[in-house]
Parts: sequence; structure tokens; C-alpha cells
Amino acid sequence: MTEVRVLTPTGMLGAGFPPETVTRGLELGADVIAVDGGSTDSGPYYLGSGTAKTAAGAVAQDLLLLLRAAATAGIPLIIGSCGTSGTDSGVDWVAGLVRGILAEEGLDLRVATIYSEQRAADLPLDRIQPLAPASELDAATLHSCTHIVGMMGHEPIVAALEAGADVVLAGRATDTAVAAAFPLMKRLPAGPVWHAAKIVECGGQCTTNPRAGGVLATIDTDGFTIEPLDPDNSCTPVSVAAHMLYETVNPFSMREPAGTIVVSEATYEALDERRVRVEGSRFEPAAQHTIKLEGARISGYETMSFTAIRDPHILGQIDTWAALLRKMIGEWVARTLGLGDGDYEIDLRLYGYDAVLDGIEPDRRPPKEVGAMLLVRAADQPTATAVAKVANPLMLHLPTPDMNYLPSLAFATSPAETERGPAYEFVLNHAVDVDSPTALFRIHLPEATDA
Amino acid sequence: MPDTDTIADLALEVRSKNAGPFWVTMEVFLRDAEGYDRVAFLDAAVVARLYGVDPAAVQVFRLPALNVVKISFPRPVPQGGLRDRDIHAGQHHVPLALLPVPD
Repeated sequence: MTEVRVLTPTGMLGAGFPPETVTRGLELGADVIAVDGGSTDSGPYYLGSGTAKTAAGAVAQDLLLLLRAAATAGIPLIIGSCGTSGTDSGVDWVAGLVRGILAEEGLDLRVATIYSEQRAADLPLDRIQPLAPASELDAATLHSCTHIVGMMGHEPIVAALEAGADVVLAGRATDTAVAAAFPLMKRLPAGPVWHAAKIVECGGQCTTNPRAGGVLATIDTDGFTIEPLDPDNSCTPVSVAAHMLYETVNPFSMREPAGTIVVSEATYEALDERRVRVEGSRFEPAAQHTIKLEGARISGYETMSFTAIRDPHILGQIDTWAALLRKMIGEWVARTLGLGDGDYEIDLRLYGYDAVLDGIEPDRRPPKEVGAMLLVRAADQPTATAVAKVANPLMLHLPTPDMNYLPSLAFATSPAETERGPAYEFVLNHAVDVDSPTALFRIHLPEATDA
Repeated sequence: MPDTDTIADLALEVRSKNAGPFWVTMEVFLRDAEGYDRVAFLDAAVVARLYGVDPAAVQVFRLPALNVVKISFPRPVPQGGLRDRDIHAGQHHVPLALLPVPD
């Protein structure tokens, strides 16, 4: 092939897209449909717990349209980072939805799954390096993770396609690998392929109207052309070039398992009012193939309580009130529960005043209304909830020091406390050297009976 | 006398977002080359003071072809941790946007 057309209907499976985006992509001759099923962007909970951020109904709706399209056009469908974090449970969850749809629709597609979850004991500590700003990894941290995934490059996906898969459901993969796999398999040059893959990974994000559906990238030997699938939407040199900035640390280069995408000399040219031609992208192969690891562990158990203040007198000295609340929670918890520093932690957030920016908030004028959220974290749920319950009368009645009566503040819910269950934190920001790009990944090819 | 311009006054958009769980990245899309030239003062030291982070860890990228200044630094608070009040780091552009631009 001298040209491959990659259709990306949306930035995330389950986010939804207009059905026309796929119809139009097929009319334009799409050779493959690639879509990302996950991200770390919503926090460590999804990896830590092995559950998805998206609703099954929403994912199934997207899958239905994509599976029908793949079957109609006879082109592969590739989904990466299944189930948000790409854990084995996430792959199985999406695979279950896919099987249900294939059976219901009577579609005959061969489905491959690729598992990317890693066992701590199997990972060679001496071949793992920290990525900035992390420090050296120790065995205890590695073993404390509830889930660890390796981010695959395109190679395991290519292996599944070459084995005859029509649908590839991958565990954790780089956002770009999902779109790069098929054109790389067709031997198109790595520079244009990887750059195109980065530009399409968020669907319509690289267009002037990101809410108007997906995009199509036509990759050839010299570069690629990108266009939105909604005829009324546009890609401009600025909208395309600007997407290289999105959620990346460095806008000029990006590391993949097999090497580095370098776009510092790329050119962006408007072909017409809605299509952009990109050339000059390079891919520099790395001497050592590396797989980035992601891991999350339980950091404790949280209980949340939320009250609100509308009294202008308290709001006029909200910092004083908050400092007094923190001090009194410490005293009351010590007296009633016998707990001190180290047994629990609290975060008091004053929504409407400085909750979001905290210490760097530039505007400290008295607010009109404040929501005071108390977040308590302890080693177990009962302790966190006990602390929140001891704080309850204070969050209901605490006056400022100059008030000679007890106000009653506005709790948002009854009960005031909500148990949040385990809280998670990302603890891995490391890469492991591997001898083979597919070594860490288990590829389950379609069974013969499926064909 | 007109008020001092802020960065937001010179920009089409100022935005921030996680770049993975351990970094935050921000972009200032200036309206034009003149605005781009006026934010030349934005460097690692200015950003470090504004966000209370180590200047050595702040990366500043300039893209004159796009009239964009991009800033990345390690997230001061781990994503999703007890003290993370902005899971996507999507509101942390505001101190940058409100920064006065020297005349």
C-alpha cells in the first residue's frame, strides 16, 4: 500500500460520536478504524481499582456503530487501553460487550485480545529506570501496586492483525500506537505515521470544532493529510499544529516504546479550507526498546463531609474560621478518638474561595458563599468516618472567635458524611528495558471456530 | 491611563492540563506576534514564583509560528492524591492568565 486512511471517530471509546462521522469515513475509503479506550487523565482510581470510567451502555453504543462499520467495509477495528486503564479486567469488559454485540447483530468478526497487565514479581527491578520527576524504584513500591500495566507500542497490535484479527482489543497502549499499528504494518514510513497517530488520537480535538465528530488521516510515503469527517468542520494549520501541544510535556518530541517522534521541522500547509497537509516529521529509533509502566496503589480510605456558609460575617473572615476549624478538629479527634498526627490526614477545601488553587489563588476577596469540603484519609474506612463524624458538630456550628452565639451552617446532604472507599495514588513513572517489543504482552488470537 | 494588560488580555486562550499523572502543562495562545513579543518575559523563574515550584524543573517552549508559549513542570501535588483539588489540572492556568504584562 502506498496510502493508508485511518479513521478516528472520537478521542475516547464511550464518549460518543455522530453516526455520520463513521459513514463519511467509510465513503472516503477508510482502511482502518482506530480508537483509544482510556487514559490516566481522570486519576489513579481506574487503574488502582481495575474499573472503567465510562458507562457500559455508552461504550456499547459506540462499539455497535464501529463493529457494524468494520464488518460492512471489511476493515480492521483497533481499540487501545480498553476499560480506561487497560487492565486485564478492562480488556475482558470490552471483549464481553463486543461478543454480545457480534452475537446480537450476527456479525462474523475475529476478535483478538492483548493483555498488558504485569505481575510485580515478574518485572526485573534492575532493568527499570525512573522517568522525570520520579526517583529509583524499590521492590516494596512495586509490590504495593494493586495493578501494574505496561504501555504497549504498535508491535503486539500488528502481531494480532497479521494473525488475522478483524478486531483488536488491546490493554494499555500508547495513545498513538492504536492509530500507528495498521499503517506501520503496511510499511509506511515511521515519521508520518507516528505524527499522524498523535494528531488523530483525540478525534476532533485537532479541528476548529472538536465537538463535531472525528477525523480521517491519509498517510503516504511523504507525509499525511488530515481532514474532519463533518463536512462543515475544518482542520487548519494552526488547529493541527496546536494539537501537538495538547497533554504533552514537550511539543517537539514524544517518546514511544520504539523511539522518538520528532516534529520540530514539520510543516503544516492548508490544502483547502478544511484539509491540512503535514510533512517533515521524523521518527528516531531508540537503541533500547522500553516499555513505560503505570501502577497504582491504595493510599488509604477516605470519608468526605460537605457543609456550606452563606453568613457574610463568617465569610468576611473565612481564613480565620478555617484555621479554627482545623485546630479544633485536631483537638476533638485527639480527645474523643485518641488519634493524633500520623493516624489520619485531612484536607479542608473552601469552594467558592480558594479551593481550586489553594496557596496560589491570586484573588482573596471575601466570597459570597463557600462550600467547605472536609476530606479525611486514614488507614481504614471506620477511622476516616469516625474523624469526619467528630468534625460534624464543628462543621455545623463553629463560630468565628468574635461571635458570641453559635451559627448553624448548611450541610449539603444527610448524612453529611460520604464514605469514598479506598483512595488510590499513581506510584510508577518508570520504564523497563525489554528485549522484544511483544515480550510483556499476552496476545490471545481468535480461535479457529470464530472464523 | 488604561489598566495594565494581563496575559489573558493578549491571548485567544490560556489553558492548562495534565501531561500524564506527574506533569502539568500550560499553553498561552497569543492573538498576534505583538502579543507574543510582549510575553517574552515569561521564563522559568517567573513561572516558578507564580506556582511555587522549582525553577530548575520548569520547561518553557516558544513556538513563534503559532504565537504560542508552552510551559511544563512537574505537578506540585500528585494526581488524585488527598490534596489534589484539580484532578485534570484544567484550572491551573488562571494565575498565569491573570499575570500582569510589563509595559
